Amino acid sequence: MILNSWGRYPQTVANLLEPRSAAAAQRLVNAHSKEDSLIARGAGRSYGDSALAPVVLSSRFLDSFIAFDEASGVIHCGAGISLDTVLKVAIPKQWFLTVIPGSKFVTVGGAIAADVHGKNHHVDGTFCQHIIEFTLLLASGETVICSPANNPELFHGTCGGMGLTGIIVDAKIQLSKTPGVFIEQTAIVTENLQETFNGLEENNTSKYSVAWLDCLALGDKLGRSAVYLGEHATGGKFKHKDGLTISVPFATPAFLLNKYSMTAFNSAYFNLKKATAKKSKPHYNSFFFPLDNIRHWNRLYGSNGFLQYQFVVPTEAAHSAISDVLKKVAEAGKGSFLTVLKKFGKANKNLLSFPKEGYTLTLDFKREKSLFPLLLELDDIVLASGGRLYLAKDARMSESMLKKGYPEWEAFARLKAQVDPENIFGSLQSQRLGLTAKQRIR
Amino acid sequence: MKILIIGATSAIAKATARLYAEQNAEFFILGRDEARLAALGDDLTVRGGKLLGTTALDFTSTAEHKDALNTAFETMKSIDLSLICHGDLPDQSVCESNYEAALSAINVNALSTLSMLGILGELFMEQGNGTIAVVTSVAGDRGRQPNYVYGAAKAMVSTYLQGFRGRVFQHGVHVLDIKPGLVDSPMTAQFEKGPLWSEPEIVAKAILSGVKYKRHTIYSPGYWRIIMLVVTSIPEFIFKRMKF
Repeated sequence: MILNSWGRYPQTVANLLEPRSAAAAQRLVNAHSKEDSLIARGAGRSYGDSALAPVVLSSRFLDSFIAFDEASGVIHCGAGISLDTVLKVAIPKQWFLTVIPGSKFVTVGGAIAADVHGKNHHVDGTFCQHIIEFTLLLASGETVICSPANNPELFHGTCGGMGLTGIIVDAKIQLSKTPGVFIEQTAIVTENLQETFNGLEENNTSKYSVAWLDCLALGDKLGRSAVYLGEHATGGKFKHKDGLTISVPFATPAFLLNKYSMTAFNSAYFNLKKATAKKSKPHYNSFFFPLDNIRHWNRLYGSNGFLQYQFVVPTEAAHSAISDVLKKVAEAGKGSFLTVLKKFGKANKNLLSFPKEGYTLTLDFKREKSLFPLLLELDDIVLASGGRLYLAKDARMSESMLKKGYPEWEAFARLKAQVDPENIFGSLQSQRLGLTAKQRIR
Repeated sequence: MKILIIGATSAIAKATARLYAEQNAEFFILGRDEARLAALGDDLTVRGGKLLGTTALDFTSTAEHKDALNTAFETMKSIDLSLICHGDLPDQSVCESNYEAALSAINVNALSTLSMLGILGELFMEQGNGTIAVVTSVAGDRGRQPNYVYGAAKAMVSTYLQGFRGRVFQHGVHVLDIKPGLVDSPMTAQFEKGPLWSEPEIVAKAILSGVKYKRHTIYSPGYWRIIMLVVTSIPEFIFKRMKF
């Protein structure tokens, strides 16, 4: 069948396997022919080609809970469970996921494979830093339990390892106690990039922080934003909320997204945010997942799909790198709908995890021919500043971009050679990036 | 709410049970595979349900039905809902010329269900209330070339339910016939999926509402009622030339 991920680019023809249990997944891996590479796939919420391969093994039916210790807040579940489902079970017992990314529809397995981060990275680190252990199905067909103490090399290679070390079957997550489901939110409107940085730096102790930039503002207004800060509010009912409202039924014509509509959207969004009350108390659902309320929002970018470009640069280089990127994007008239700036805390020990100390900027662009040269120019700025790109969002970076940005790639390659010498696990992305052997795509 | 599920590890049953678990229902589950039943039990417990018991059973061994269902009734004391979900999609082309294969398909998809219904009917009538819900299929509405053996089996169950409903109704028992359309589940893994396919979770929601509002026959998703109305009104001289 034809498969693509959230950015709807690229597409590939894949043989989709949907084992109904961990034992069935094990049988499939044992029976797998070594010619075609195989990759695990969760909800298909990575943006590019990290969950695409000639053979794709979906965790769709590995979606059972195994146990939940309400006293200690440890939840043990199948890799195919979405974070939303975890929250549904955890919230009534006053527990919460410590790290949640921008979408609640990602699976636990996917969140580990991409070592996702949230608005609290500067305080709590990444998703995998709250994983107690997981079960990994190896190329040899055996399953092993990995934790920071047990098989530590495999643990640190698999967290952020984009599924290349094996298939994550289930995981134990440590949840955090939460005082309520509402978020005490403070919004600060800034007029330029320096003010935006100041807003994030000065509020470094805030549990959650993020800035939404108006990416088409130029000159003095370059980098103006709304900085959102959040803390868990106490009280209220411990109620999970679905909050799904609108759906985009089909891909909208891509020409609707042009320089003019984008400018209008960005400044309208900015002014709207400016007008809203500076302090508010939204439900966690709208604080963490504003886009999840529009189902299939990826279709807004038209049938050609879109690319998300997320990079991190060290703090000292951040101001100049980010203003250069914003200028380049604005000059090209390629604005992105939502442009998000976030301060990262320290990096962890995982070999291919994306976050490291500094600032991360996320932009999205509809896919068109003229975009790719622009992204190459942005790559140069990122590399020159000592930065790197996020694998879960990537669909096009070069092998050298990866290898310069991720110095641990060699350690990862050694681990890979050890646990999967025949390169059974591989994605279109890993082949493009030289992390697994290139092979013929049928 | 106390729920007895037969064929509990099927995709539709599992999705339905999970919704009831969120409402803190109590379950007794029957299925073929002991390990998968245990895993489902754990899953439902974490989701807010309570597991009263499990029984692993080959549904075609009808001689074992009585004991299994009696045990379930004794454990549960009373039952609000019994959901029959087991079934298997046979290979039509094999069934066409091989009577043994056709018989086995009819055993799994129809006769085993009728055996269960006979026993459940007595138990429910004695109890004097409750709902018996059975998952059949739109395939039972008209025999089509690519799957008329499966269709015939499901039609047998639906026709049986029409009479059975009247019999148990006088004793306060409600009967719901659920006719899903094309559902993307492990049972249909070998098919290319198109726009008419839906998820087990959609059917599960329809089942909850059908049980709540005491509907007699539901199609899920609802537009299958219209599709099947069209399919059943095609004149035979045209229909016999159609290969879908």
